[in-house]
Amino acid sequence: MASYAVGLVFRGGAELLFDGVKDHHVTLPSQSEPWDMKQLLVWIRGNLLKERPELFVQGDSVRPGILVLINDADWELMGELEYQLQDQDNVVFISTLHGG
Amino acid sequence: MPVQCSSCACSRAVLKRPKTGHSLCKGCFFWAFEEETHRTITSARLFDRGETVAIGASGGKDSTVLAYVLKVLNERYDYGLNLLLLSVDEGITGYRDHSLEAVKRNQQQYDLPLKIVSYEELYGWTMDAIVKQVGVKNNCTFCGVFRRQALDRGAVMLNVDKICTGHNADDVAETVLMNVLRGDVARLNRCTAVSTAGGGSDGVVPRCKPLKYAYEKEIVLYAYFKKLHYFSTECVYSPNAYRGHARAFLKDLEAVRPSAIADVIHSGENLSLKEGVKMPVQGTCSRCGYISSQALCKSCVLLEGLNRGLPKLGIGKHHRLHGRILARQPLTPVEEEKMKTLEF
Repeated sequence: MASYAVGLVFRGGAELLFDGVKDHHVTLPSQSEPWDMKQLLVWIRGNLLKERPELFVQGDSVRPGILVLINDADWELMGELEYQLQDQDNVVFISTLHGG
Repeated sequence: MPVQCSSCACSRAVLKRPKTGHSLCKGCFFWAFEEETHRTITSARLFDRGETVAIGASGGKDSTVLAYVLKVLNERYDYGLNLLLLSVDEGITGYRDHSLEAVKRNQQQYDLPLKIVSYEELYGWTMDAIVKQVGVKNNCTFCGVFRRQALDRGAVMLNVDKICTGHNADDVAETVLMNVLRGDVARLNRCTAVSTAGGGSDGVVPRCKPLKYAYEKEIVLYAYFKKLHYFSTECVYSPNAYRGHARAFLKDLEAVRPSAIADVIHSGENLSLKEGVKMPVQGTCSRCGYISSQALCKSCVLLEGLNRGLPKLGIGKHHRLHGRILARQPLTPVEEEKMKTLEF
């Protein structure tokens, strides 16, 4: 139905899995149902992820230790994988899996 | 759809706290995070007025947030502390040289003095050189032991009263698990302490962990929302570190039940040892005078091994050999062979 232009940001070391590129602007292909986070992860894995998928995804979700913010809010407040994306949404993935 | 802050009910919530399940807006989150750190500091009386406190700073997320929050609280509550940043350069190319840039930026942004001590100047060995000799399996042992002592040496050079480190709740919980898995009962007994004793002549400066109860998730989000910049890459030599197993397990537990991290710490804090359990006795190293439970401190044993081309000298239990090493007696060919075997 509609196409989605989504901003994806990778921080905290997660960007290393994406050729070091932190900011991405992507247009998700149109489909009849709205896109949800679960599908977005599959899409990221198939289209953006450059290496070591096991460091980013685990099962249907992100690897534990990777924080997800949708429009600057914790995705746990938005339904996590079930959240339905909207046009111009901004999703940030921050890895916490490194020394402090 | 947007969730309201459960504290002030007037702003949009930006995170769900793993500890409590509460949803907080930015302002309430900052306040809660800072106040809880303040409470950890005051209830345990971590600092005294007028003290000089060195913040162990690596340029990473925990020490960056620690430096920022300590500065805020020092001013807000008039702790009366002299704060400075103390950094250790282990000599890891591609990792530490970059993170030290982040520390220098912290120094400028927070306007705090900075001291860097290096393994090269203290021990004559960089981690790069050590890994060449030791391989990638036990190298973290060297680094951890050397860094602990390096922080003390740096603190003594600067005449500091206390050291504080950015260890967070996840770190402490991982350590509890590691000590259970390895049967290290002595460490299990000590590792949840929020501060150490010290200040004697054994070269040890008391140290504490003001962020002990702060979840890693909250530290990262605090830094993100406050726009604090930190260095974030995994150490190139760490992939085989034993801690990685405890960490992965703990992360999976947290995903199912977020309070698990605080609960593991609680378990660790409330363990008591059976009567009659043999515990190591604290003494000093006969060679360098540093705190030690053996005749030679771990640092001296590891260095001896490196300098004599016997990289496994500090790895595993070889206490019986320490006496002979102290007396600078040669080892038998069989003993030397055991010390030399490397695993890559």
